[in-house]
Amino acid sequence: MAAAEARPDAPDLADAAAAWRGAYVHIPFCRRVCPYCDFAVVAGAGEHRGRYVEAVLAEIGMAEPFGPLQAVAFGGGTPTQLAAADLVRILHALAERFGIDRGAEVSLEANPEDWDRPTAAALAAGGFTRVSLGAQSFDRAVLTDLGRLHRPDDTRRAVAEARDAGFAHVNVDLIFGSPAEDDRSWEGGVAAALACEIDHLSTYALTVERGTALSKAVAAGAPGPVADVQAARYEWAMTEAAAAGFVRYETSNSARPGSACAYNLLTWAQGEYEAFGTGAHRHRDGARAWNVRRLDRYLERVEAGRRPQSGSESLDAAGREQERLLLGLRRAAGAVPGRAGEALLASPWGRRLVEAGVLESRDGRLIVARPLLGDEVSRAVLALDLDG
Amino acid sequence: MTDVSRIRNFSIIAHIDHGKSTLADRMLEQTGALSARDMRAQVLDSMDLERERGITIKAQAVRLRYQAPDGEYLLNLIDTPGHVDFSYEVSRSLAACEGAILLVDASQGVEAQTLANALLALEHGLEVIPVLNKVDLPAADPDRVAEEVAGVLGEDPERVLRVSAKTGEGVGALLEAIVERLPAPSGDATAPPRALVFDSYYDTYRGVVCSVRMFEGRISTGDRLRLMVTGETPDADEVGVLTPRVVPVAELGPGEVGYLITGIKEIDRIRVGDTVTRDDLRAAGPLPGYREPKPMVYSGLFPTEGDDFERLREALEKLRLNDAALVFEPETSRALGFGFRCGFLGLLHMEIVRERLEREYDLDLVATAPSVAYRAVLSDGGEVEVHSPQDLPDPGGRTAVLEPYVRAMILTPSDYVGTVMELLQQHRGEMGSMQYLSPERVELVYRVPLAEIVFGFFDQLKSRTRGYASLDYEPDGYRESDLVRLDVLLNGTPVDAFSAVIHTDRAYTYGRRLAERLRELIPRQMFDVPIQAAVGSRVIARETVKAKRKDVLAKCYGGDVTRKRKLLERQKEGKRRMKMVGQVEVPQEAFISVLRVDED
Repeated sequence: MAAAEARPDAPDLADAAAAWRGAYVHIPFCRRVCPYCDFAVVAGAGEHRGRYVEAVLAEIGMAEPFGPLQAVAFGGGTPTQLAAADLVRILHALAERFGIDRGAEVSLEANPEDWDRPTAAALAAGGFTRVSLGAQSFDRAVLTDLGRLHRPDDTRRAVAEARDAGFAHVNVDLIFGSPAEDDRSWEGGVAAALACEIDHLSTYALTVERGTALSKAVAAGAPGPVADVQAARYEWAMTEAAAAGFVRYETSNSARPGSACAYNLLTWAQGEYEAFGTGAHRHRDGARAWNVRRLDRYLERVEAGRRPQSGSESLDAAGREQERLLLGLRRAAGAVPGRAGEALLASPWGRRLVEAGVLESRDGRLIVARPLLGDEVSRAVLALDLDG
Repeated sequence: MTDVSRIRNFSIIAHIDHGKSTLADRMLEQTGALSARDMRAQVLDSMDLERERGITIKAQAVRLRYQAPDGEYLLNLIDTPGHVDFSYEVSRSLAACEGAILLVDASQGVEAQTLANALLALEHGLEVIPVLNKVDLPAADPDRVAEEVAGVLGEDPERVLRVSAKTGEGVGALLEAIVERLPAPSGDATAPPRALVFDSYYDTYRGVVCSVRMFEGRISTGDRLRLMVTGETPDADEVGVLTPRVVPVAELGPGEVGYLITGIKEIDRIRVGDTVTRDDLRAAGPLPGYREPKPMVYSGLFPTEGDDFERLREALEKLRLNDAALVFEPETSRALGFGFRCGFLGLLHMEIVRERLEREYDLDLVATAPSVAYRAVLSDGGEVEVHSPQDLPDPGGRTAVLEPYVRAMILTPSDYVGTVMELLQQHRGEMGSMQYLSPERVELVYRVPLAEIVFGFFDQLKSRTRGYASLDYEPDGYRESDLVRLDVLLNGTPVDAFSAVIHTDRAYTYGRRLAERLRELIPRQMFDVPIQAAVGSRVIARETVKAKRKDVLAKCYGGDVTRKRKLLERQKEGKRRMKMVGQVEVPQEAFISVLRVDED
């Protein structure tokens, strides 16, 4: 895709991704549901896995021609709750239906406790090039608090096994700001992650989502994440990652040169992607659409030969232009101003953002210089009236 | 035309919740008029007819036919507003009556407003019938309350009637007492007519409809009239009475109460309190007591959306059609843009107007802290009235500032006398008198700056006396005071909407509390926001809203872009309740927070 050693935050790379095509496959199964998670997931349900694989294959078969693909992502849930052979079958179906470019990124999410040498070898041999490990923390107490089933050493081992199996890119996800975490456990976790042989680091702020176990606990008086604490943890991690040679290229993502995640870049460049599985979101022909979230409904629909789509949204030209800027500004490379950017700079909100040092106009691009205040920018973009 | 000896005109004076409307309903029923429910049904049934006739009913005065042992009487029940803001209207209503029923809850006792209105009735020379209501309730203490009421009125406790408006018990005796105790009106039917306009309202179809009380002479449909204060000379298009149905009559004669429609469309061309006579048979002079309703409290009203300025103007103009006491003039605020400085009779009036603007006209408004009308004596000897803190001349340009005072009457259980006196003192009150109405109830009369009453005094009085004390007040002239303007600077820039005129002794405490309160109310922004309270160039309080550090959804979305955008859209809507002041986002509630600063 990108030049081998391209800086993850290079504007050319960021903009080129708009023309890429991607595919996302959602695997909803988990051993158990983490208390903070609000994705389309289902715990256990082992008996449905075989049917689910067949349904995803069938859904791929129903899709309109698209591609070839430059980025493929398997997410969840926990993709590694399926057998490696099934994941490879799905990947091959995608390749057959759409074509996958040579050098494309083929990524999957995995939990460290599911990962072992045979799995890694089978996936690498089947065409997967990147794994994103849900490490979340390197502190046992924090892992327990987050409902995770692995231990810190599982993550270290999984990274090493992925590398040994030939994975070109390995990411670790970390979550910061959980109530059980303190400065020391966070700082130790960041150091531990950077000490592994990873080339990509995602740091996500623990967020209380409606309907989750965490949200109920917080409503009942349990401690929740504290914004100022999260800000300090984030800044600390960004400093450490930069010192270790990582470049932040999006609010939550840093990578070594040449290792920016293509599927991420594609999403923020407003690129188009197909999507399969429960609750999966696609973006094709200027429209965003999503599948039914429930596993039983998904299976019923697909097995009846029907598309499992449950909703869609088509923005008008002004709405799409706002969305382009909204997504683009999450990147360190920012975005070309365009109509929305010019309007933003001319608006009172835009001027205020510039004055506060949150928004910058630099080298012909608009850039969010203080990513921790990014939603201030997003709201200002959405408040623009481009039709007026 | 009715024989005057067969007419009785009266009002019911009662505190809110003491049962005035229930009693009125019971009287309607027992005189064979309509029950409240029938009345509503009747009104609905005859809606088409009313539409055709183009008049809506506002039962300001209802005529009851009462069969007494010695024959039929016409009883005109004239409604009075119950709140201190509208004491002027109360006095107009009382002026239309010969008598009043003082209705007191037998468990609650006398309240200050009721007492003030009863005393007003006595001043007008009205005969007052004291009545205890809710005597059937277990908590009622009729003997004690009867003593209290009798003490206030200088009556014999035996003459205090007892009713239960709920069950109807005692209402017959009350009707009989109205006929027996209240004097019949008097008046020469052949004299030049004089009728008092005691209420008016605007009807879309018929224009201004006046409630009138005839004192002398007659007014017939078709007469060319003359309004003695304004000099207007409209024709009497229609005269009639409310039973409570609208019943046109050929003429109204002495002692009668009814309505008058003249075809005048503008409410301010007919003043409540004016005297109606015939243009060709003019009375020598008007009935006594016309007084222009004077705003006591001013506040700025600003549309949240700048585009709504014209809509706000139109809405205020419409409200004014039915509310001659409402005044407004355009005002420009650096912080809030274009709006209106509005004058109100009091805080309740202000609340009512604001609520109607928001509800009936769908306007989003920011109201600034209310202010009273100060007077500044200028260095050149002139004098200006100051309705807004911004208009207060600088110390160099003025020699004195005068502020309005009121004579405040407070009724409190004797247990709370100390507390109430202390509170009055804190609010710069000066004692006038103290009188025990009964061993349990004390009347305090103080001279207090109106501004103190306006800023939260009433709430404090209620909370410190567990709701038992009550307040009434009337204007009591102007006095020189040591007043200063306190300004608030946000991010170094003065915000005119937060300025207040305040007594020097209070400036420091007030400034400190206001700054603290604003710190709590103003959300954290992208930068530190210093809040300063200053008198002139002297900063007396300083607070800082620390910059927020994180405002971003830093989580994984798995391609679900729609959801994130919708979440942000919702947050954006929340921001609409914010007002941008310079670079600072200020929630609308902050602008009225100034009101609450003095609360404990």
